[in-house]
Amino acid sequence: MKLTNRAVNINRDPMTFGEKIYIPAIAKGLSITVGHIFKKKATVQYPEEKRPFSPVFRGLHVLNRDEEGRERCTACGLCALACPAEAITMEAAERKAGEEKLYREEKYAAKYEINMLRCIFCGLCEEACPKDAVYLSETVMPTNYTRSSFIYKKDDLLIPHPHKQESK
Amino acid sequence: MSEQQHIQLAEESLAKQSTTLNLGPTHPATHGVFQNIMEIDGERVLSTEPTIGYIHRAFEKIAERRPYYQVTPLTDRLNYCSAPINNMGWHMTIEKLIGIQTPKRVDYMRVIIMELARIADHLICNSVVAVDTGALTGFTYVFQWRELIYEIYEEVCGSRLTTNIGRVGGFERNFTQVAWEKINKFMDGFPKVMREFEALLNRNRIFMERCIDAGPISAERALNYSFTGPNLRAAGVDYDVRVAQPYSSYQDFDFKIPVGTTGDVYDRYMVRNDEIWESYKIIEQALQKIAALEKEDPAQKHVFYAPESDKYHLPPKEDVYTKMEALIYHFKMIMGEIAVPAGEVYHGVEGANGEVGYYLISDGGRTPYRLHFRRPCFIYYQAYPEIVAGGLLSDAIITLSSLNVIAGELDA
Repeated sequence: MKLTNRAVNINRDPMTFGEKIYIPAIAKGLSITVGHIFKKKATVQYPEEKRPFSPVFRGLHVLNRDEEGRERCTACGLCALACPAEAITMEAAERKAGEEKLYREEKYAAKYEINMLRCIFCGLCEEACPKDAVYLSETVMPTNYTRSSFIYKKDDLLIPHPHKQESK
Repeated sequence: MSEQQHIQLAEESLAKQSTTLNLGPTHPATHGVFQNIMEIDGERVLSTEPTIGYIHRAFEKIAERRPYYQVTPLTDRLNYCSAPINNMGWHMTIEKLIGIQTPKRVDYMRVIIMELARIADHLICNSVVAVDTGALTGFTYVFQWRELIYEIYEEVCGSRLTTNIGRVGGFERNFTQVAWEKINKFMDGFPKVMREFEALLNRNRIFMERCIDAGPISAERALNYSFTGPNLRAAGVDYDVRVAQPYSSYQDFDFKIPVGTTGDVYDRYMVRNDEIWESYKIIEQALQKIAALEKEDPAQKHVFYAPESDKYHLPPKEDVYTKMEALIYHFKMIMGEIAVPAGEVYHGVEGANGEVGYYLISDGGRTPYRLHFRRPCFIYYQAYPEIVAGGLLSDAIITLSSLNVIAGELDA
């Protein structure tokens, strides 16, 4: 049936004598495979050697701190709302006097959990965050043995404190 | 000593001369969760009863509770071998509903990504047909280049398989310099690899004799089943959504539609093979067209979403951090409180496997009122018993892989 004038037939010619005797085909196939022995290896030796990821790679979640080491998250709940897998739960709390060095905004996440078993790494939480607090890093998620260990708490997600790291 | 037990078989079971064979659901040769209860007489397939629903995830129902932008990750998981086509098809459906005209550069960028996805999908399908006929080598060679395609996705959207690429009105970010470099690297190196793959299989006697006249379907039967895509074209009907109802500026491109004659495994293989070359040509043209656009107006370099889609496209992050208005809009959009007109819209795109369609009914709310995915694999699988009946069991295996039935697309 012809609907357009763009159709071209595929090559379905009957086999020629050369193709039927098959010996040239064996030689051709072997020459290709032998040629590949001397080519550069396509694989990387994974645990020792790692493939570079793109800077926008959507890997394991990280909760960000600002330059002074305060938590950026203000517990607005947009990431939890944007999550199509409903993997994020959070509880907000109000910052008390004296906690200004811990939290950047007046409201902060007292509890922040990401269920990595539900997470589909779509990156919508990163896109939804208006405070640059949650983002997906360039590492892949580590495996583990128990289900409960996949529920990442705030301590698992927060990046290390910049000043505390320096003092070490 | 216990008494000897006799297995009590039913009378008709003893009288039956054929064997019942359970192929699947986790058979290594079915490439996915497909169960076929086959009635075989020796090596010959008498009848097949396919079962569906092994990975049914109720996406259409889930979508009724999700804001529009959250449906995109669901479409990833339909045909996961070419997820970007599904993503773009969904974005275009919403664009059709709200009436956004995307700029030419966005269209061409989409075309590049979609054609790369088509190449990746066809590479998988063709090399898997080869694997099922006993030739594992070609598979390993072309997969390095599928890997490069996945790296290109990774540069653009950050993920490899379940891409969630693009947004309503365009892309989430402009292509980086690295992404363009990787696309150019692909364009430079791919023809050589593809020719090598062709040299291994296309005119190989074993492969040809194995595939020719295996699992044929006539054009009439294929149309009756409402086949689309490469499987219909292999049967001899030159129907291609890209030509019949052009979307994303496909009318600007010059490409051919490879068609077969008998609709057997070899025709399907060759149609996909030639389509890879056509897709390659389309990408080549798209790159030229983008270069021409940028030469004409250097400001075009920064166009990656439709300006009139501002209402639907998230504001830039710098504005969200600093400007109150952008922040309010950002909140509104993430909460799904954007106005989408009520209406009914169907949009079909030429997926790697056939026409992927989105039938969307909106009542003006924050979520789709009803959404149906037209999934080509669901249709192919219904024709599967008819195609394989009377053939050999080994032909049934390569028929399934050459129809390219993807489990994720079979059950939405």
